[in-house]
Order: sequence, then C-alpha cells, then structure tokens
Amino acid sequence: MDIDPRGPRFAAAVTTVVLALVLLTGSWPLLAAQALVFALSAANLRWSPYGWLYRTLAVPRLGPPAELEPSAPPRFAQGVGFAFAAIGVVGYLAGATALGTTATALALAAAFLNAAFGLCLGCELYLWIRRIVPPRTTTAPIND
Amino acid sequence: MTGLVVLLAVLTGATIAGLLWRRRDGRIRAVAADGGDILDPALLARLGVDAAAAPVTMVHFSSAFCQPCRVTRRVIGEVAALLPAVRHVEVDAESHLDDVRALRIMRTPTVLVIDRSGRVVKRASGAPRKADVVAAVAPLLVAA
Repeated sequence: MDIDPRGPRFAAAVTTVVLALVLLTGSWPLLAAQALVFALSAANLRWSPYGWLYRTLAVPRLGPPAELEPSAPPRFAQGVGFAFAAIGVVGYLAGATALGTTATALALAAAFLNAAFGLCLGCELYLWIRRIVPPRTTTAPIND
Repeated sequence: MTGLVVLLAVLTGATIAGLLWRRRDGRIRAVAADGGDILDPALLARLGVDAAAAPVTMVHFSSAFCQPCRVTRRVIGEVAALLPAVRHVEVDAESHLDDVRALRIMRTPTVLVIDRSGRVVKRASGAPRKADVVAAVAPLLVAA
C-alpha cells in the first residue's frame, strides 16, 4: 500500500510533542497512550489517530504529494517506537525512572529526527534488515 | 527538572546529528580530481547502460520500499526531460548484488554520474536535489 509521505512526518511531529511532555512530567499514562498509538499505527496506518488528524486538518490545505511511499517501512518504525515506549512504561511503573527516561528520550530523538529532518531511523533499520534477510517470497517490483 | 535537562540534551544532540546527516545525504561529490575509474563495459552492459549513447548517463541504484528512491527517480527524470543530453537508467540493486558490491554501493538510492567513456565522474548517496543534479551535469555537457 502506498501512502502520502508527509503523513508520517506530521505524526512524528505530534509524537515529538507528546514524548517531550512525558519527559517533562514523567507521566507513564501519557507514555502508555503514546505506546497505544504506536501499536495501532504499526498494525495499520489508517488506524493512527495522528494520521486521522493529518488527513482531516492538513490534507485539505495542502496539494497532493509529489510522490507516494511504501507503507511497510513507516509501519515497522512505529513498531520500533512501540517497543521503546513499552519499555519506558515498564520502567516508570517499576520505579526504574532512569530506564523510563532513557527509553522515552531515545524514542523522542527518533521522532524528532523524522519530524525535523525527514530522517526515519526505523525505516532505515527496516531496509537494512531486508538487505540482510531477503524475503522468501518474490521481492517487490522496482516500482514499489 | 531532570526531565527538562534530558529533553534539552536530546533535542540539541538530535539537531546536531540531523544537520550533519542533511549535509551529507544526497550531496553529489566528485569522485576524484581527474574522475574515477572507467567502468568495465561488461559491467555496464549488465546494468543496461550504454555510456557512449549520451554525454552523461545518470545511473540510479534503487530498491523496493525505498522512499528516497522515488524522490530520486522523479528528480532525475525531470532533469533528463529537461536536458536531452542526459540519460537516466534505473537499476534494481537487489538484482545486481555482485555489481553493487563491486561499485562499493552501500545504500539506495545511490546515483553514479557516468560520462561518455564510461568513467564515473560523480556520485551521490541519498536523494539529490534537482538544482544540484543540474549543476553536476552541466560541466559534462559543455565538455562533451
């Protein structure tokens, strides 16, 4: 499935704000909510609340995108975000604040890099893994 | 308080990293003062490149699930449409792994700028900007 590449960047910007608030407040429920958003997006980008915001608020004001992007790498990146957020929640709940803060900080760094520079670290990881472990089925065509 | 410190540290570090990345990504650099190696004609043939057919051939190595590759495809396509002396060849990296390794191509997209004699004059890793592509091929068009 192909998507508007500006959507994930918009979502990354919202994620950056949310994770910054988590760092400032140490609020594990807020981090858990973000973890839920990550999980939903990883499963299906259409289920992302931030994606919904993007489609509702931004798309009517923007023109169409110059090109589309495949959805698999951003979904994988959301999965990586979920892993960090989940670890962070566990850390905060277990009283290991340093773990909670570190996991949140790493997720924030990735979200910020995506939002500000368009650099999706999770996407790069996905491509790297594909290079090491090529899929057993036929590879996607060059126009994917 | 710790949260604020961590937040500022993360944002500062990520900004520096992002700026460094943005400088390097998509930058078209000359291969060497007098140009790079003249590529083996058999290798060029395997990639579907006929160097002698045009003053400049831009060989774009791409792969599936690669969003910057789509940007690169569009940018180079637009330049090739603008400048008839520039040819655009796209190569699926995954189908030419040996040649990709021989050319020291580490990631996609990678673009090689090849002159009439099959010499690699410039290369870029990451999606190049349209203005940079035009600037990179212009001297070759004059010299050809």
